[in-house]
Amino acid sequence: MAAFGRGALMLIVSDLTKRFGGLVAVDGASLRVDQGEIVSLIGPNGAGKTTLFALISGFLRPDAGAVRFEGQDILGRRPHQLAQTGLVRTFQIVRPFANLTVRENIATGAHTRIVPRREALEKADAVGQALGMGALLDRLAGDLPIAGRKRLEVARAVATGPKLLLLDEVMAGLNPSEIDEVTPMIRTIREGGVTVLLIEHVMRAVMTLSDRAYVLNSGAIIASGAPQAVVENPAVVEAYLGPGMAQRLKGTADA
Amino acid sequence: MSDTLRITGWVVLAALGIAAPFLISSGRWLEFIELTLFVAVLGQAWNILGGYGGQYSFGHAVFFGTGAYVQALLQFRFGFSPWLALPFAIASGAGVGAMIGYLSFRYGLRGSYFALITLAFAEAFRVLARSIVSVTEGGRGVSLPLNQDSGEVWTTLQFTFAEPFLRHAGYYYMILTVLILAYIAVWRMERSRFGAQLISVRENEDAAAALGVDAFRVKMKAICLSGMIAAAAGVYYVQKYLFVDPEIAYGPAKSVEALVAPIIGGLGTVIGPLLGAAFLHSIGEVAKEAIGALIGPRPGLDLILYGMILVLVLGYLPRGLAGLLDSAWRRLGGGR
Ligand SMILES: Nc1ncnc2c1ncn2[C@@H]1O[C@H](COP(=O)(O)OP(=O)(O)OP(=O)(O)O)[C@@H](O)[C@H]1O
Ligand SMILES: [Mg+2]
Repeated sequence: MAAFGRGALMLIVSDLTKRFGGLVAVDGASLRVDQGEIVSLIGPNGAGKTTLFALISGFLRPDAGAVRFEGQDILGRRPHQLAQTGLVRTFQIVRPFANLTVRENIATGAHTRIVPRREALEKADAVGQALGMGALLDRLAGDLPIAGRKRLEVARAVATGPKLLLLDEVMAGLNPSEIDEVTPMIRTIREGGVTVLLIEHVMRAVMTLSDRAYVLNSGAIIASGAPQAVVENPAVVEAYLGPGMAQRLKGTADA
Repeated sequence: MSDTLRITGWVVLAALGIAAPFLISSGRWLEFIELTLFVAVLGQAWNILGGYGGQYSFGHAVFFGTGAYVQALLQFRFGFSPWLALPFAIASGAGVGAMIGYLSFRYGLRGSYFALITLAFAEAFRVLARSIVSVTEGGRGVSLPLNQDSGEVWTTLQFTFAEPFLRHAGYYYMILTVLILAYIAVWRMERSRFGAQLISVRENEDAAAALGVDAFRVKMKAICLSGMIAAAAGVYYVQKYLFVDPEIAYGPAKSVEALVAPIIGGLGTVIGPLLGAAFLHSIGEVAKEAIGALIGPRPGLDLILYGMILVLVLGYLPRGLAGLLDSAWRRLGGGR
């Protein structure tokens, strides 16, 4: 088995395609994530990143392609089944259980593997503390500011005891100091034995956090590799900035 | 409020409930409380699915009515003892719940679609009960024979010819028993994984699914439990009035009462349906007296009144009377 990353194969996505009417949102995308890695998925707005997450996590059915998780074909499995087997996503547009406290929110995640209520609440406390939400446990989720909600979205997912966590733009809408708090949080999660695939626009975080990165543009993977190499890839620069930009940037740099 | 404090409150309430027939000699007043408890049971049944699960049914009469009909018909047609009919009646509530739940939730019906489906089922059952005369006696309804033998009170589960105290309180204790069992079940549900998952489905079904919650299964469990409790209320009704017909069983009155009580009292709280039922009945009674004295009896006014109260509560008390109590408690310095 070819080992890019740290450990065994975790996720293989092959030639995944999803159409919405005439629009091809995901167009034959392939990627892989190995156990223990933090892998980033970047790309311009509307590239199809969230759609790809929805396909992997069972919220959408692909029109073509395959997804294997820990060696098993998981196509057609329902989201809750995948979450139970350890593949858990968060939502870009956060979905807190607004009328419940932060503790109760996280406990719902904990119940995925824990039946007794008391133990689930204890686990919620532990996860909340570990991810820097200790002071917020008794607050109503609906009252949290955006940074708190983003964090809660992650904490709830972590409490399920995932093997692979798909994080969709958990830093969007945060100010620089809040971003600096989330970065170590994601490291903490990895250190807890969770493999992470994350969608992110905040390049600073992508560069410091990820072992590898994929670039999605118009539904297709156009580059992959070490984060530094990927962002310098001319195809990537053009995808973000428009055709010809790579050449022009190179020109100014040489001048 | 801490759980210990809540439990203390409930124990006091239950003790009062058990003592009531000894303290209240007026049959009229005990009957008033008894009917309140009946609505509080129906309301709790609705509350499990609507208040905790966020699935608003407009046709809870379908469970109540089926429980009532099964309890009545097994005795009427097959000579079952009421005790033997009871488990079938309660199971029928779960069965109808499973059927409606499967058809609705399998196809992802939510919100107003689910409300309409339940309404349609109650209506369809009413039409069926009216038309399958050979089984249900049609529009004439099913009348059970009145037991006049004071020695057969317990075997027939009829208290009309019992000794004076049981005559006074037998049916009252019957509905109180149902209520206590139902409320304990909901109290425990609220503190279980199933309850947490049901609430998460109400709050956001996609987020719940992403956390491993099987929303379909959770909703199926909720609708079956809800159906069982409403059916138990139907059993009480039949044993007390020895009669059921399509209107009583499946007409909109029970469906409306079932949902108004918990909405006014406090959705998704254990005490909400009881508070709502007590409030509605008190107001209804006072209004009936007052209006009766002023302009003579006007049937249907209570429904108009219910509607007005419902609008006011929805507008000004989104968490119902239970929410009001909760904030009052906090303002008194009770904390959480
Ligand atoms: N349910 C849907 N129906 C129709 N079109 C959709 C649907 N979901 C997404 N799309 C379209 O698919 C394309 C990809 O959307 P997607 O949300 O996956 O992009 P994204 O890379 O996550 O973008 P962003 O960075 O803005 O979050 C967009 O053009 C979007 O409008
Ligand atoms: Mg997106």
